[in-house]
Amino acid sequence: MQIFDIIGPVMIGPSSSHTAGACRLGRVARKILADRPIKARIGLCGSFAQTYRGHGTDKALIAGILDMHTYDSRLRNALTLAGDEGLEYEFYLTTIPGAHPNTAIIELTGESGSTCHITGASIGGGNIIVTNINGMDVQFTGQYNTLIVLHKDTPGVIAAVTNAMASSGTNIGNFRLSRPQKGGEAVMTIEVDGDVSDSMIRFLRELKYITGVVLIRAI
Amino acid sequence: MLEYNSIAVLVEAATEQNITISELVLNDQAEQTETSREDLITHMRDNLHVMQDAVKEGSVQNLKSTSGLTGGDAYKMREYSKTGGLCGSFFGNSLARALAVSEYNAAMGKIVASPTAGSCGILPGTVLSLMEERSLPEDRAVMALFTAGAFGMVIATKASISGAQGGCQAECGSASAMAAAAMVEMAGGSPEMCAHACAIAIKNQLGLVCDPIAGLVEVPCVKRNAGGVACAFTAAELALAGIKSVIPVDEVIDAMREVGDSMPCALKETAMGGLAATPTGIRLKQEIFGE
Repeated sequence: MQIFDIIGPVMIGPSSSHTAGACRLGRVARKILADRPIKARIGLCGSFAQTYRGHGTDKALIAGILDMHTYDSRLRNALTLAGDEGLEYEFYLTTIPGAHPNTAIIELTGESGSTCHITGASIGGGNIIVTNINGMDVQFTGQYNTLIVLHKDTPGVIAAVTNAMASSGTNIGNFRLSRPQKGGEAVMTIEVDGDVSDSMIRFLRELKYITGVVLIRAI
Repeated sequence: MLEYNSIAVLVEAATEQNITISELVLNDQAEQTETSREDLITHMRDNLHVMQDAVKEGSVQNLKSTSGLTGGDAYKMREYSKTGGLCGSFFGNSLARALAVSEYNAAMGKIVASPTAGSCGILPGTVLSLMEERSLPEDRAVMALFTAGAFGMVIATKASISGAQGGCQAECGSASAMAAAAMVEMAGGSPEMCAHACAIAIKNQLGLVCDPIAGLVEVPCVKRNAGGVACAFTAAELALAGIKSVIPVDEVIDAMREVGDSMPCALKETAMGGLAATPTGIRLKQEIFGE
């Protein structure tokens, strides 16, 4: 904890969990899509489903998908801005047994036809936890700088990534691999201490069998 | 480096070095986050300016929240305060600032969560009021926010600053205690006096439940921000008069955690008890969200 966790963050109200956290979830989805989104389909569960209009959760999610930060004053007009930016969106209410009460399921389609599907929850104080990316179980909170490495499940890929990080002096605090099927799509979730340079991300993207690298910066 | 798990330790260290709590914390945070003192001060000054903007934007007559439950009371308070009210315009304007920031938050305005969005009006209502009404230099207010933040870190570590975990005592109670300590420092009080002010403010809000109508950060949150300001002034004034908290501040914070733990779930931001469960509370919820 540091001083600006208490005197901060600067955010658009009214609720750190239902507004700021929702915006962050939207931004994570946008980053994983890594494309200009043209379509968003968003499922809201639990408390999100019950109170989203009063808390501006819908605006905050769309703002995040439009790449806005939690302190961006345009957040409150995000639904209008979505129209201007050619983003079609749809909200629906749903339930996931056992899920955190503030859970959202975000499906995005980008202009080049790419898609992504993430599930995450806003767990209080603007903190989030992402639990699923493209059908793969993950778990990261955004409290640390987190690298999401999408790849094809192949021997040596993990070593190539971690070796590259080791040689640049990046320390891994937590590592998780998810792989629904042998030889199929897989995802590494790597929480690191300190920063990750742009050149490191570019380097990782060039590695064989890597299909996407996204850095989610610490909250 | 400081651990922020005891206010007594902060007071002792500041007293030993003959510096204020804010100086102590600024030095420590510069070391811990590997950031220069100047950059930390600039960041804090930016936050203070966000608070000032929120007071201004939140004071307009026709402000309304998304739900329509709140807005416009800061304007009313500011107008009334011109008459001097019961306690003079200084106090009236302080309440107006707290209402303004809190109502602006409910209307999706930009605020500084301090420590939370639900309690974001209390530091502006106190620290900005002292600065603006008593013409104190801005730097003093900026430094006072470091003191507020330090005490908040200890409360967050030892107890909680989340309504869902500890009730409103953890949100408005903490904000009020942080504000009381900050104002004592601004007024030239000792680090020890800051600690007593913090203790007194928490003691006076111990047990305050979190029971928002429809789960929205509006009713009763906005008015509790005004109440938190009054409580912060009370605590700061008592401490500056040399009055001491009989129970030491760290024990008071421990008590706050215990009270929060034993509070029923219905009174911790679930909108299932307290004011949220009154006939009017239930009716308003239905009007806002439908059946």
